[in-house]
Amino acid sequence: MVVTTSWYLALGAVLFSLGAVGLLTRRNPLIMFMCVELMLNAVNLTFVSLGAELGDLGGQLSVFFVLVVAAAEVVVGLGIIVAIMRRRQGATADDLSVLGG
Amino acid sequence: MDAFVFLVSAAIVLTGAVGVLTSRNPVHAALFLVQTLFGVAVLFVLQDATFLAAVQVIVYAGAVVILFLFVIMLLGVDRAEDLGVEPIVGQRPVAAVIGASLMGLLLTLLLVATDGPTGAPGRTAPLGDAGDNTRRLGEALFTGHVFAVELTALLLTVAVVGAVVLARTVKGPLQPLPVVVVATATEPDEPADEGAEEEAEEEAKEEGSA
Repeated sequence: MVVTTSWYLALGAVLFSLGAVGLLTRRNPLIMFMCVELMLNAVNLTFVSLGAELGDLGGQLSVFFVLVVAAAEVVVGLGIIVAIMRRRQGATADDLSVLGG
Repeated sequence: MDAFVFLVSAAIVLTGAVGVLTSRNPVHAALFLVQTLFGVAVLFVLQDATFLAAVQVIVYAGAVVILFLFVIMLLGVDRAEDLGVEPIVGQRPVAAVIGASLMGLLLTLLLVATDGPTGAPGRTAPLGDAGDNTRRLGEALFTGHVFAVELTALLLTVAVVGAVVLARTVKGPLQPLPVVVVATATEPDEPADEGAEEEAEEEAKEEGSA
């Protein structure tokens, strides 16, 4: 059996969908963040696979920048979660609807 | 051999992802996330992306998940969550339908596109073999994409400053923002301000009486 690019792309698609379902169903903001990480990883896997398919370094370069943006996103997002949780213990994503005014 | 490694890694990745979705305890979810990230790192190695595999383990599994665990422990939310309640009626069926249709759409696209990627092959830089990967990536980053690298440095600095500001504790009750008085040549319109203050006081009185 030869592993073709389609296998990786299919795995990326399934992983992305799982992350999306988790983001839509879970209420704990931390776990929602983890699901976003899952989706980002699925996209990274797709980037690397297509880069290998085309013999091009661009895919891996994109993954590098996605990693940096994901790290920055996690830092700021966790800061926001800490700030919210300090004021309101056990807050879920639904509780944040009060931000709507 | 490749197929065996791929199948084992794919199983690890998918079980980890399902674990993140279904675990009731956030700590367990973080550990399942580590499992998924390691599986993806193995898949990177399998595709000769050795540098990214190392970065995946160091940055994601080493830094991001540890940050998650720090926050979980700091906030004390490491207790089991009741997954039985469904806060918004119909949320889970709708999410399942959306997820299934997304997956179906992507997989159908794969099945239909049997010719693989079309168009001209990329021209960013040629992909080296596994031993050459880090050098080529570094050369591409610091020659053609040096501006983007500098921008990511700026982004990380802004993120660090933002995190420090967000996580800062304010002692005592929240203070109002300081009023910046800008010296202007013309006198401010005093009567209008007084009128506004009176209105505010009246509103406060009304709220107090009601």
